[in-house]
Amino acid sequence: MSGLFKSEIKNPVINWIDCRLPLFTMMSKEYGSFPTPKNFNYFWNFGALAMVNLVIMILTGVFLAMNYTPNTTMAFASVQHIMRDVNYGWLLRYAHANGASMFFIVVYIHIFRGLYYGSYKAPRELLWQLGVVIMLLMMATAFMGYVLPWGQMSFWGAKVITSLFSAFPVVGQPIVTWLWGGFSVDNPTLNRFFSLHYLLPFVLVGVIFLHIVALHITGSNNPLGVEVKGPADTLPFHPYYTVKDSVGICVFLIVFSVLIFFAPNYLGHVDNYIPANPLSTPADIVPEWYFLPFYAILRSVPNKLLGVLMMFSSIGVLLVIPWLDTSKVRSSRFRPVYRPFVAFVLPICLVTLGEVGAHSPVGIWVILGRVATAYYFFHFLVLMPVLGKLETTLPLPESISEAVLKAKTLKKAEAV
Amino acid sequence: MADSSASVGHSSDDGVTKRDFLALLASAGAAVTVGAIAWPLIDSMNPAADTLAVSAVEVDLKPILLGSGITLLWRGQPIFVRYRTPAEIKEAQDTPMADLIEPQEDSARVKPGHDQWLVLIAVCTHLGCIPLGNKLGQKRGDWGGYYCPCHGSQYDTSGRVRHGPAPLNLWVPPYAFESDTKIKIG
Repeated sequence: MSGLFKSEIKNPVINWIDCRLPLFTMMSKEYGSFPTPKNFNYFWNFGALAMVNLVIMILTGVFLAMNYTPNTTMAFASVQHIMRDVNYGWLLRYAHANGASMFFIVVYIHIFRGLYYGSYKAPRELLWQLGVVIMLLMMATAFMGYVLPWGQMSFWGAKVITSLFSAFPVVGQPIVTWLWGGFSVDNPTLNRFFSLHYLLPFVLVGVIFLHIVALHITGSNNPLGVEVKGPADTLPFHPYYTVKDSVGICVFLIVFSVLIFFAPNYLGHVDNYIPANPLSTPADIVPEWYFLPFYAILRSVPNKLLGVLMMFSSIGVLLVIPWLDTSKVRSSRFRPVYRPFVAFVLPICLVTLGEVGAHSPVGIWVILGRVATAYYFFHFLVLMPVLGKLETTLPLPESISEAVLKAKTLKKAEAV
Repeated sequence: MADSSASVGHSSDDGVTKRDFLALLASAGAAVTVGAIAWPLIDSMNPAADTLAVSAVEVDLKPILLGSGITLLWRGQPIFVRYRTPAEIKEAQDTPMADLIEPQEDSARVKPGHDQWLVLIAVCTHLGCIPLGNKLGQKRGDWGGYYCPCHGSQYDTSGRVRHGPAPLNLWVPPYAFESDTKIKIG
């Protein structure tokens, strides 16, 4: 093909641009007429919600950075300055801090959706793995952001988490010194964390772009886990799913607003309103709630190196589940044996781990932590490969449209 | 590679061409260049010269009470200086090596003739918290030395780890006695 792209857009100005750079055609193809499975439930809102959340985080973050000072002597005071003196500074900061929590709530549900409906299976393995990379980047970004206010939990959280790397033999200590830029968490550490905390969200944008490109190549999974077979199975993305996503966005914003305006410090830790003091360790160092399950796994293992390796592999295992799950059937709806494990036992296991992570590792919490850690790995490393082979699955519907029509007829019959 | 360049006419008997050599040389050159550009960026994150300049700290031991200790900062890290009681010294010296997680004689951790002074970097070797026990009245754990509140590691009166999850003994910083009542750390 040579010459200009032939745009079909009527407006002469937009047509002129579109012929030279077909952004408008691309958007209407990918988000207008894009054929999307017609049977999405509200679980399919959470990708769009995460996108909205990211935009909120970048926006509030950019404006916060205009008033924040990344220096150990001034950081804590500059955050108080934002809270007390800057116009709407309190709103920006509370939106940003609670926005991080909302982001993790949304993304954890998004991941659970993928696990329950088998969205990680062929041909969506790369799509899923890009998602895991996004989660890791989010975690790094959130961790470094939490250090910036330079309170007690900022400082000691940073110290404990960076010290994780000292567990590796020989290279461990040099890596920690390199991360710190000194011999303890200090001004160089705070400076680089600010720099990276500003950079990583834009790396996130890049990886999310790839995540979406991969999604638009394979097409979305759906609650039935049956591939789209023809036009009867799909709806154009706009207006059907732009509207459905809008409903979700309204609910999301309501929850977000309740947090910001009625309980802005509910998910935080009071100790972070004490300025960082390198000479006094808080009685109990607790990470933000979204890290608690992983923190619990770390502390469940009495050996330092093994604990660190277990914690990293608890996320690493997600990268390989497309091959660990041997079942031919995607959606757990048709897997009667696996369904209770993924829908109930795994979430209970994760909530337990979160609760364990919030308590000192003594008594019952040690035992609970070990049992839950064991189940977490058992689920992915044993249950997934073995059940996939043994389980008798329920019959799959012929197609999405057939299943949808049958459900409708049933409903009508019941109504009569 | 060899197929396409055979027609160019530089092929030797074993199928390796001059073009293969050039590709190898260019890739190696590019790799070295990337490394040379990356290294200054990576190394700039290591401790700067002013951080490295070991600021020596002098400590006057006179005000320290028997059985207690003081905490000070050296290179941004907390340091414990503890005045050990004769019972604590004896306990540290008599500990069988077989009982230790990282076996080390007490004599290797103090200066000869100054058994009563224990100088340690007060950073738990597990994940970097500051252990309790340097001051009288703080929790000292089952071995009478130090207790880390973060994850429950315990150290004896020589600062050696006795109970995990910490894998190593507390580190001893470089220091020397300038007189009987004064030490210089660093």
